[in-house]
Amino acid sequence: MTETIDPDSVGIVTPQTYQFDTPLEMSCGRVLQNYELVVETYGELNADRSNAVLICHALSGSHHAAGFHSKDDRKAGWWDAYIGPGKAIDTQRFFVACANNLGGCHGSTGPNSINPDTNKPWGPDFPRLGVQDWVHSQHALMEKLGINCWAAIIGGSLGGMQAMRWALEYPDEIRHCIVIAGATKLSAQNIAFNEVARQAILSDRDFHGGRYLEHDCIPKKGLALARMVGHITYLSDDAMADKFGRDLRSGSFQKGTSEQVEFQVESYLRYQGDAFSDAFDANTYLLMTKALDYFDLAREYNDDPVTAFSHAQCAFMIIAFTSDWRFPPRRSKEIVNALIGANKPTCYAEIESRFGHDAFLLPNLRYQQVISAYMQRIMQEES
Amino acid sequence: MRVDLDIIQSWVHPDSRVLDLGCGDGSLLEMLTVNKQIYGLGLELDPFNITQSIERGLNVIEQDLDQGLTNFQTHSFDTVIMTQTLQAVRFPHLILDEMLRIGKECIIGFPNFGHWRARLHLSSKGKMPVSKFMPYTWYDTPNIHFCTVKDFEELCRKKNIDIVHRAVVDQNNENSAAANRWPNLFCATAIYHVTR
Repeated sequence: MTETIDPDSVGIVTPQTYQFDTPLEMSCGRVLQNYELVVETYGELNADRSNAVLICHALSGSHHAAGFHSKDDRKAGWWDAYIGPGKAIDTQRFFVACANNLGGCHGSTGPNSINPDTNKPWGPDFPRLGVQDWVHSQHALMEKLGINCWAAIIGGSLGGMQAMRWALEYPDEIRHCIVIAGATKLSAQNIAFNEVARQAILSDRDFHGGRYLEHDCIPKKGLALARMVGHITYLSDDAMADKFGRDLRSGSFQKGTSEQVEFQVESYLRYQGDAFSDAFDANTYLLMTKALDYFDLAREYNDDPVTAFSHAQCAFMIIAFTSDWRFPPRRSKEIVNALIGANKPTCYAEIESRFGHDAFLLPNLRYQQVISAYMQRIMQEES
Repeated sequence: MRVDLDIIQSWVHPDSRVLDLGCGDGSLLEMLTVNKQIYGLGLELDPFNITQSIERGLNVIEQDLDQGLTNFQTHSFDTVIMTQTLQAVRFPHLILDEMLRIGKECIIGFPNFGHWRARLHLSSKGKMPVSKFMPYTWYDTPNIHFCTVKDFEELCRKKNIDIVHRAVVDQNNENSAAANRWPNLFCATAIYHVTR
């Protein structure tokens, strides 16, 4: 973490692996005897350990939220626009931690890890995951890091679900909960899209019931197709029109030409799918989309979000994006209204953006200002 | 110090719950939080104002008042405040009903269109008044429902709304004798404390 690439970048970061030997009782009823989490941290923990911020990642994210892994690394972490010295989440003031979720495929214990009972990769036998399990494992990490209370837990999409769950599971250990482009539960349409993605993976010949590693292959096609479907739902109609329109990559509509017509959007989606299938694991994708589908913040609270949030002790900042149709503003408003009903300190901002659900990852002046203002307020509370 | 804010503050009970509709940059809520230890919540639509309110440590929700206030429970606040916004909403009479449903008491401040300057402007020039307080032209003004002190009190009578207090501020932002004696002529900003 020594070399700085840009003055406002956290620079080169080295992920750390934490080993946990206290068994984790999972929401599915099974017990994980031990596990590892791979974690990145940025900034310094202050003397009274009150400036710690936990970032929870979304479906395809990882612990690599900011900075670069090497000098030649061309792509910064997934939320680099918001985490760094002088940025909205200012690493000169906050100690920021981000862990790869349990069951992930970026280094934390997951389906590709070795199952100690069989000495083979877990594959499809990895225990079913719930958002609660991530929260409990992050809590174990918190103890290892020596933090008593998070100044803030921040997450977008599936990350927002983790942040909300934290507020209910460990109300005394979180002061602020920032939920971006989130929802208290998935809609039927959300689940439907996830199911199409899963079926794409399951129907790949190379899937082998999830034991593809034992067959020395990966269900690349299925995973790519799953990503293509998902990717469409993360963009907006306008964003796609802006970026591709009906531009052709090859071929033409002229009479007499035999070359096949290919639209830019087709090749873009295929590229996204291919790139994803090289970097992501199919079993992890299945686990994480299931965790998304099963999540229902109020299920254990008589299906009443107000009752659920009445258990929280922290303040909330909810952010939505106008063109997000995966988790549209009305889903965020459900959260806000439940928080108002539960009398919890709440802020809500609806950010104008054309980029759909993906907007939560992208630079946007107002979005930056809102997060900056809220983080500023957290800091003022500190002093 | 703005006189109208002082007046509003004097009507708000310490440690009470206050909802501010169109809270602007949050200066009123901040003042009430500091001086009266209220629990405050503001609704606002302007992005800059929302950021300001967040920075001040206030609770602020981005919400369009014209889309209704059905997300607030009956009598969930002690006082619902709306200053300089009544004239800008689509249905002032309906929002008044909603305010009185959500709050046990309400405080409403609005520019008095019956002020002598407005009357003079319209009668002498034959054109819609443009002033320091209302700098917009008729076609681009967000203020779409102007009323006078008389108009507002008539609406309160019709709706069986009790006026607990009335305060008037003149064009120099003072609570002058003339404005108190002839409010419909000399009051620039009228502030009402009402209940039902």
